[in-house]
Amino acid sequence: MSKGDSIKEVLDKASKGDKAALGRLLTIIETSPKKASMVVSEILHEEGGAHVIGITGIPGSGKSTLISRLISHYKDRGLKIAVIAIDPTSPLSQGALLGDRIRMQEHATSPNVFIRSVPTRGVKGGLSFSGVTMIEVFDKLGYDKIIVESIGVGQTDIDIMNVAHTIVVVTTPGLGDDIQALKAGIMEIGDIYVLNKSDKPEANKTYAYLDFALDLGELGGVDKRGWRPRLLKTSAIMGEGIQELADSIKEHLEYIKASNKYMEKIQTRRMLMIKLLAEKIFLEKLEDLAEKGDKIRLEKNNSLYQACINLIKKVSRELERE
Amino acid sequence: MTKLYNDKALDEIKARLEKWEKETLPKSLRRFPERSDDFTTLSGIPVKRLYTPLDVKDTGYMEKQGLPGEYPFTRGIHATMYRGRIWTMRMFSGFGSAEDTNKRLKFLISHGETGLSLAFDYPTLVGIDSDDPLAKGEVGVCGVAVSSLLDMETIFDGIDMGAITTNMTINPPAPVLLAMYVATAEKQGVPYSKIGGTTQNDPLKEFIAQKSYVFPPEPSVKIAMDVVEWSVKNLPKWNPISISGYHIREAGSTAVQELAFTIADGIEYVRHLINRGLDVDSFAPRLSFFFDSHINFFEEIAKFRAARRMWAKIMKEWFNAKKERSLWMRFHTQTAGVSLTAQQPFNNIIRTTIEALAAVLGGTQSLHTNSLDEPFRVPSEFAAKIALRTQQIIAYETGVADTVDPLAGSYYVEWLTDQMEEEAWKYIDRIEMMGGMTEAVKRGYPQREITEASFRFQREVEEKRRFIVGVNIFVEEEEDEIRNVPLLDINQKEIEKRQIERLRMLRMERNNEAVRDALNKLRKAASEGENIMPYVLDAVKKYATLGEIMNTLKEVYGIWVEPPIY
Amino acid sequence: MGGAADILELMKEIRGRRIKVLVAKLGLDGHDRGAKVVARALKDAGMEVIYTGIRQSPEQVVETAIQEDVDIIGVSILSGAHIPLMERLISLLKEKGIDDIPVFLGGTIPIPDIPKLEKIGVDKVFLPGTPLYDIIKYTVEAVKKKRSRRN
Ligand SMILES: Nc1nc2c(ncn2[C@@H]2O[C@H](COP(=O)(O)OP(=O)(O)O)[C@@H](O)[C@H]2O)c(=O)[nH]1
Ligand SMILES: [Mg+2]
Repeated sequence: MSKGDSIKEVLDKASKGDKAALGRLLTIIETSPKKASMVVSEILHEEGGAHVIGITGIPGSGKSTLISRLISHYKDRGLKIAVIAIDPTSPLSQGALLGDRIRMQEHATSPNVFIRSVPTRGVKGGLSFSGVTMIEVFDKLGYDKIIVESIGVGQTDIDIMNVAHTIVVVTTPGLGDDIQALKAGIMEIGDIYVLNKSDKPEANKTYAYLDFALDLGELGGVDKRGWRPRLLKTSAIMGEGIQELADSIKEHLEYIKASNKYMEKIQTRRMLMIKLLAEKIFLEKLEDLAEKGDKIRLEKNNSLYQACINLIKKVSRELERE
Repeated sequence: MTKLYNDKALDEIKARLEKWEKETLPKSLRRFPERSDDFTTLSGIPVKRLYTPLDVKDTGYMEKQGLPGEYPFTRGIHATMYRGRIWTMRMFSGFGSAEDTNKRLKFLISHGETGLSLAFDYPTLVGIDSDDPLAKGEVGVCGVAVSSLLDMETIFDGIDMGAITTNMTINPPAPVLLAMYVATAEKQGVPYSKIGGTTQNDPLKEFIAQKSYVFPPEPSVKIAMDVVEWSVKNLPKWNPISISGYHIREAGSTAVQELAFTIADGIEYVRHLINRGLDVDSFAPRLSFFFDSHINFFEEIAKFRAARRMWAKIMKEWFNAKKERSLWMRFHTQTAGVSLTAQQPFNNIIRTTIEALAAVLGGTQSLHTNSLDEPFRVPSEFAAKIALRTQQIIAYETGVADTVDPLAGSYYVEWLTDQMEEEAWKYIDRIEMMGGMTEAVKRGYPQREITEASFRFQREVEEKRRFIVGVNIFVEEEEDEIRNVPLLDINQKEIEKRQIERLRMLRMERNNEAVRDALNKLRKAASEGENIMPYVLDAVKKYATLGEIMNTLKEVYGIWVEPPIY
Repeated sequence: MGGAADILELMKEIRGRRIKVLVAKLGLDGHDRGAKVVARALKDAGMEVIYTGIRQSPEQVVETAIQEDVDIIGVSILSGAHIPLMERLISLLKEKGIDDIPVFLGGTIPIPDIPKLEKIGVDKVFLPGTPLYDIIKYTVEAVKKKRSRRN
């Protein structure tokens, strides 16, 4: 694709299946809130039919490997799949090494698959906005399954998981770190719990434990409208339990469609996107002002609260003027 | 304990050393300040200014060094070492097509060579056929392509396989290549008792370093041990495994890591075989090793000596081996490919010479010396000849082979040997805590350690804390000499075309029903946990291809993708 | 030669937008020491690095570059098959209409092949022993050049 294309043109090409254009579009969303909002305006009123699946769990639990299996499964059924891999690499420097992709490289050349890595660090104003907006774009472009991988820790991850229709929490055998994480309540959010690496000898013991925890309601109880979280065993490496996982995901989709939750999630997503964009625009302007040497002052007679309101007003005025 | 020095002598030395440090040393330091405040080996072991008997006062001679041919074998596995027979000069090389290889092998045999070495191309190394789309451009480049029994038959056409031994550098597809070798020999009427050679067949180092893995770690080890068990029972002259530190080192590890990880791999294999119910003395004499010889001269020598001592101890004390041969660490050595530079390439001859000397002083059983053009490509004949001559000069001119373990008793070398051992045990202990090397590689532990080490080394070079002539010191701008290095030419496209055509014919002409049947039996045996060797042999004889056999096994065992480690 | 300070200075020049690099192991050889050291160094310099893992086909590398919309591609080949592999990679990029992503190559490359590679369209060849700083510097400059052309 050529460089001078307008956003509408890029979007147009992307909707015609030009992957390079889509790749470029996602970069625009990552790098410029202003242009991102132009993209969003173009697509916001379209109705998307995608099913957003969040896959979360501690690093090393096998999320990427499992996703690779799910891709094969959906691909065989003629579906279009997008993956947003939010990489937990936490470097000291600003740089990032994005490694989730390695496990999905066999799908790199499939026409119906699009995989994009997103770093958690080094993004001004957080990456939640780009993550959520990417979902919106994939939805509009007709992807059937949008799979989001993240470790489920930190605001970004929570935001993203909040907008997923179906949340799959991945754990592994052994009463180790992940069980601690489960107990700490970080992972109460699952619609489906997967005990991956069930090829390991300790798997049955852990399964029994998780089953018990589920019964007790420790792992996210039955929701208001009657979905009881499922617990499944998989071995991503051996390709076992994938059919069952896909079945459960499908059941959950049917459940949320029947219960209206499906549309609610989309509305939540769009509202969140607007809120996050507003935050992003505000913060960037704020930094912009600071860089131009604009000092934030606390006037003598003002309360701290009043100072904040004044600051907000000032940023708004500046934004207005553009 | 057999102490070498009495207390009185040590006291005298100590007093004198203190006096030296007060009087002689400072004068010298004032006039000649030292080049650095901290000298270290490549493994980062601090090197002192001076070594004296005080540094080795606590080591018992018989316990730590002993005599050659006796436990703990620090001084060598044979009593006479190179006074009897010079090490084997084994030069590893690859020749493109099966026909070319056959011609080359015949040439070597006519010149008295009986120990052959086969290098395979990358598609063969990772178990895919020459007509696989991924193989495009790589067929016959780094060695010979072997996709079916047909290729193996061509390679050994007119060569008496009962009169030669063949070293095959092959790992995940080792059962297939061994089966092809055996099937070809069988067709020639050579009895199993006369089939001799080596398969590298060391899967763990593939995960740690070489990265030509196919299956996940556990089944990989299982398959490799199938080869060992089957060989021990059927091929009395076959060395079924060569436990390799070479690739670990080339991937950027330190000498200590090479030593430790190689031995930890060995421990894992021995355990696995014992758990199968094999008697340790039935297979231990058949295990062999393969090390790198790098440029940090004394550290390498110390590494080899420590390796022998550690292995003997492990086999004797951990695994209760009774036969003397079970305690021997027999090893092949190759000089360090990574130490060679593209800049001023003729300097590589000197590097290789020093590294070869270290291997000889370290007591290697066989040696490959690298060619000066290694940083560019497969060696040219000219460069390979210089490399071979290097060994011959060391063997026949220098006199270093005329006495056994000549550096023994050097305060520095003995001290450093102890240090290497001590540091290596620390790693081995850590790996043992994780539950052995298979677990450790699954967690990416050795991989991460190596990546760290290689990154550290690179940084040190860039910050000029380590020097490489021609790279960060004595650099020359005009490097015309590079262009003068003659290069080997291979007609790759032609070889690839012929291979693909040959496979097409094979797939048409063979009995495909029989192939399918043999592969089904293999699949069943593999999923039921049987030793796969007899089934692989059967499939090979029906002309199932390498790729077909490997794919069948992949269905059962799955494939491995490395955890992201940087 | 480049210390941390020099690298910081370099990276300042492209402030505002991160550099996204694809480091790819093309072909069947598993010698990933070089690729990983380079990936790590580029990351430490502040770039966003995607590493493909070993045994990638040219098709996979090109598709990955497209989906990730990278600024530059670094390829490592030590198998000797660099000419046919790079030919394929670059012609695929062209087929997809991508003419502005610079591609650099590292590995055991015979000197006489360098002009051939450049003719194929490889932007830069690094031989073994190249200081990491040189690679970082090249990457920053190549991306700067590319971006100024795009804008
Ligand atoms: N034994 C076993 N290992 C697995 C399984 N799934 C993934 N792994 C391994 O676990 C490690 C981490 O996998 P990855 O998918 O990268 O995990 P992520 O960090 O959660 O994305 C890798 O070494 C995988 O090979 C499984 O089902 N069984
Ligand atoms: Mg992952």
